[in-house]
Amino acid sequence: MGSSDAQSLLSARGLRCVRGDRELFTDLSLSLQAGELLQIHGANGSGKTTLLRIMCGLSLPDAGNVYWQGVSLAENRQRFLQNLSYVGHSTGIKLELSPLENLAFAAALHGEASRMTLQQALDRVELFGFENEPARTLSAGQRRRIGLARLLISPARAWILDEPFTALDKSGIRTLESLLHEHLESGGIVVLASHSPVNLHERYIKALHLLT
Amino acid sequence: MTDSNPYIALLKRDLLLAFRSPGQLLNPVLFYLLVLILFPLGIGPESRILQIIGPGIIWVAALLATLLALDTLFRGDFLDGSLEMLALSPRPFALLVAVKIAAHWLLTGLPLLLLTPLLGTFFSLSGHTIGILMLTLLLGTPVLSLIGAIGAALTVGIRGGGALLALVILPLYIPVLIFAAGAVDASVSGLPFSGQLYFLASLLVLAVTLAPPAVAAALRISLN
Repeated sequence: MGSSDAQSLLSARGLRCVRGDRELFTDLSLSLQAGELLQIHGANGSGKTTLLRIMCGLSLPDAGNVYWQGVSLAENRQRFLQNLSYVGHSTGIKLELSPLENLAFAAALHGEASRMTLQQALDRVELFGFENEPARTLSAGQRRRIGLARLLISPARAWILDEPFTALDKSGIRTLESLLHEHLESGGIVVLASHSPVNLHERYIKALHLLT
Repeated sequence: MTDSNPYIALLKRDLLLAFRSPGQLLNPVLFYLLVLILFPLGIGPESRILQIIGPGIIWVAALLATLLALDTLFRGDFLDGSLEMLALSPRPFALLVAVKIAAHWLLTGLPLLLLTPLLGTFFSLSGHTIGILMLTLLLGTPVLSLIGAIGAALTVGIRGGGALLALVILPLYIPVLIFAAGAVDASVSGLPFSGQLYFLASLLVLAVTLAPPAVAAALRISLN
């Protein structure tokens, strides 16, 4: 293992993924050090979501391995999961519950001392005044924001986000960008799939293009 | 919902969700109730026939009601992404899954148990028989939920997996049905029935210990 790999928080080597009889990617390697954001580009169906799911261990690659702090996920799963926040396409929001209840459950599930109170997190994503409404009555963008509030209360260093800008309005996008900025500044890493450019200084950003 | 214990929080969340949208969970209970009300009406008031077939029919209805309820066990969480959240939490997935099954049994298995005294009287069953019947249901329905959860986990990603689920799971339900009906039959005829109850209890112990890891593994496959 090279010295750059030893410093990297999250890395992958030789990933290969086949869906049906289509090869989505092969021999894909990447590595993220503290303070780096990897943006995955690619057309619809090029395997962005699949790659993200492999990176967080939900799906298994057909070849290759994902490593957290240099140790493969198979051996290091527990420590990786303690450091992972994943917000997928479906955000895991229960429509029958209020934002506060949704967030309280996420906090209990992760179970570590959070960086801010639930109320502070909801205020930060501009859900003030909606915290006790059932999520069913909220708009798609507001539901998305509950998912973002989940990032705020978890102490995770690795964020894996699938299309996080979907359904967000301008102020929501700005909020998310400032969250990403703070997270990277404090030594976190982000892997995200998105079609829209991320408005952050380019020293943070790495790009990966998946071809169809 | 400010518990820091993740398992209690999950249990509370699932119960709360059920009470906020009770429609889906009432279905199996309603099915159980309707089937067992219609049988005495269809067969007629001959209490001797009802007494003979009653325990068996009550058990078959409970088994089918459980099967009907299984589809809702993981479907909602699978569709809205909560299942991924659970699988990616640092907690042991098998334990979280066990809590979900427990919540599901409290919502679908326990009501069947509690309705049985009422329904037993429709079949002119004696108090003693109803007591044995409830004991077998108490031991048996959690086994049905636990075994059924394996099938539900395997079929959760399949569109219209309900029929497949029934095919996969029903053969595994047969031993529970045989021992439970056997215990009630034996008690009605005044024979010893503790053997059958011990068998049911051991099936329960086996299911409690072996099913959750199997369900967790099956869910990981469905999520893959």
